[in-house]
Amino acid sequence: MSDSLAVEAQGLVKHFTSRKSVTKAVDGIDLSIAEGSVFGLLGPNGAGKTTVVRMLATLLRPDAGTARVLGHDVVRDADAVRSAVGLTGQYASVDEDLTGTENLLMLARLYGFAPAAARRRTQGLLEAFDLADAGARQVKTYSGGMRRRIDLAASLVLAPRVLFLDEPTTGLDPRSRNQVWDIVRVLVEDGATVLLTTQYLDEADQLADRIAVIDHGRSIAEGTASELKRSVGEGAVHLRVAEVADRVKAAEITERLLGAEVTLGSDPHALSARVPDEGTDAVAGLLPALADAGIAVPEFSLGQPSLDEVFLALTGQPLPDDEPAGGTSSAPGQRETSEAPR
Amino acid sequence: MTTTLRDAVALAERPARPSPLSTTLTFGWRALLKIKHVPEQLFDVLVTPVIFTLMFTYLFGGALAGSTQAYIQFLLPGILVQTILFVTIYTGYTLNTDISKGVFDRFRSLPIWRPSPVVGALLGDTVRYTVAAVITITLGLILGFRPDGGLGGVLLGVLLLLVFAFALSWTFIILGLLVRSPNAVMGVSMIVLMPLTFASNVFVDPETMPSGLRAFVSVNPVSHLVTAVRGLMAGSPDATEIVWVLIASVVLTAVLGPIAMRIYRSKS
Ligand SMILES: Nc1ncnc2c1ncn2[C@@H]1O[C@H](COP(=O)(O)OP(=O)(O)OP(=O)(O)O)[C@@H](O)[C@H]1O
Ligand SMILES: [Mg+2]
Repeated sequence: MSDSLAVEAQGLVKHFTSRKSVTKAVDGIDLSIAEGSVFGLLGPNGAGKTTVVRMLATLLRPDAGTARVLGHDVVRDADAVRSAVGLTGQYASVDEDLTGTENLLMLARLYGFAPAAARRRTQGLLEAFDLADAGARQVKTYSGGMRRRIDLAASLVLAPRVLFLDEPTTGLDPRSRNQVWDIVRVLVEDGATVLLTTQYLDEADQLADRIAVIDHGRSIAEGTASELKRSVGEGAVHLRVAEVADRVKAAEITERLLGAEVTLGSDPHALSARVPDEGTDAVAGLLPALADAGIAVPEFSLGQPSLDEVFLALTGQPLPDDEPAGGTSSAPGQRETSEAPR
Repeated sequence: MTTTLRDAVALAERPARPSPLSTTLTFGWRALLKIKHVPEQLFDVLVTPVIFTLMFTYLFGGALAGSTQAYIQFLLPGILVQTILFVTIYTGYTLNTDISKGVFDRFRSLPIWRPSPVVGALLGDTVRYTVAAVITITLGLILGFRPDGGLGGVLLGVLLLLVFAFALSWTFIILGLLVRSPNAVMGVSMIVLMPLTFASNVFVDPETMPSGLRAFVSVNPVSHLVTAVRGLMAGSPDATEIVWVLIASVVLTAVLGPIAMRIYRSKS
């Protein structure tokens, strides 16, 4: 990896003022993203992820701070930035009334391809994204996964050196999610730089070389995935009790045995606890102890900390309950993607 | 998938930046594609003039002008103006739809001449105007409209009308940029256009109106436009009114165009 930076931002600020209140959507964010790397921006709903991406993609003007993409200032040199970056927004930004082919053809023409070259480019992208058969259909008839793919294809028409992906896999099934991940990996192998936002720690973990956790418009931690997890404790134990009523007692026993604080998940059956470095032996005794107390534990796993736990550790607050951030207290790796073929 | 993907994305040669003309034409092409895929959007354009022409000619023609034949000579140019003015609302409506759906975000993240999406959309609107004009005039001819200005007079009348319509479009582009939803654009535009077209000389000669209303009608820009178009189609062009319309078009464009583009640029 070269040390030149694809994206660098200092003190980015964006406040939205409505009649009564000021939302500090982004409140002083610094970023340094090395060329050829994947950078993950991790945070819950409303953290400011989309706002950061829109400022970097020249769609929003920062209130304060500066940002450069491949050395071009996003405000003063906006057109140079636009020629170098591709953006896949959080919500599909293709024209639903047009067909997949027409959408790509239009973009290719807008990027300056001559008619014949535009057609070749469109055909190649449709095939690569497994959309050749659907090319003649209006995008409004596409499934969620197909929409994501046409949207991604649309951002790759000009083979951008820097790609911004705003929650590229939210709402996708495991298979489609893996397809998107594979696409990102191929692009990065070929030298692109990717900034992706996500609410899933395991997605950031799978793809990103470095991760910044943001909340309320501020960066609260930055590092590699393992650094972030280490800050929370190496491992965690996750369990689900059969009876909701048993959870409190199970939590007491776990706390006593491991000597660690227990997190109750938003699933009323679930609880989890960090395993302290010296407490690995105690974990072995946990299941028998629970059985002795007459508590049935149908699910038990040892794993890495979840986003919930990372968040709790970093902010002292759990994620809001309505988070789709992957079944609050289950271990990230075991959720649903692990069985998919690689 | 990996190899095809790699080949598909790799780009041997980056194309040169396209000219403003080329990107504008591409957006015009998009507008045509949208008409092709969503032909319902032409429905209003087709039905409204037909209903208005039939209703006014047969319901009121006898009472207002003595005979339907006499009335349609007077009415048709007015209906044409009314129809085209209402079609301009679609400019704001479609723009607002694009913005609320996020397509505009992609356009705004492209390295292109910034006004081209808007100007291209205006080009595409020409198709709607033409369809509306052809339908209205054809129906008129069937009902007995016999313009003394001949084909040349009718074409010049339509041309003048289109010039004014493009200038007026900027109003609706501004509305489309400012208002929250596509339906709100429709609503607000109707409130503006309804009084302008009805309190004008489209349907009746203002001579019979009470003096307060008559004063409004005589300053109403729509009245000037209708008189100018009528004159051209009737073979007796009224130079003052034509110049008035042309000046109004230039002023509208010169003032509203830059304002619209300013709002468009700063939109977040
Ligand atoms: N155009 C806007 N006007 C007013 N407030 C806004 C605007 N855009 C974003 N916000 C506010 O800024 C904050 C950050 O929003 P942002 O969309 O960046 O969050 P996010 O991290 O992308 O969230 P999500 O995961 O839900 O997509 C939110 O409180 C949001 O309501
Ligand atoms: Mg977002």
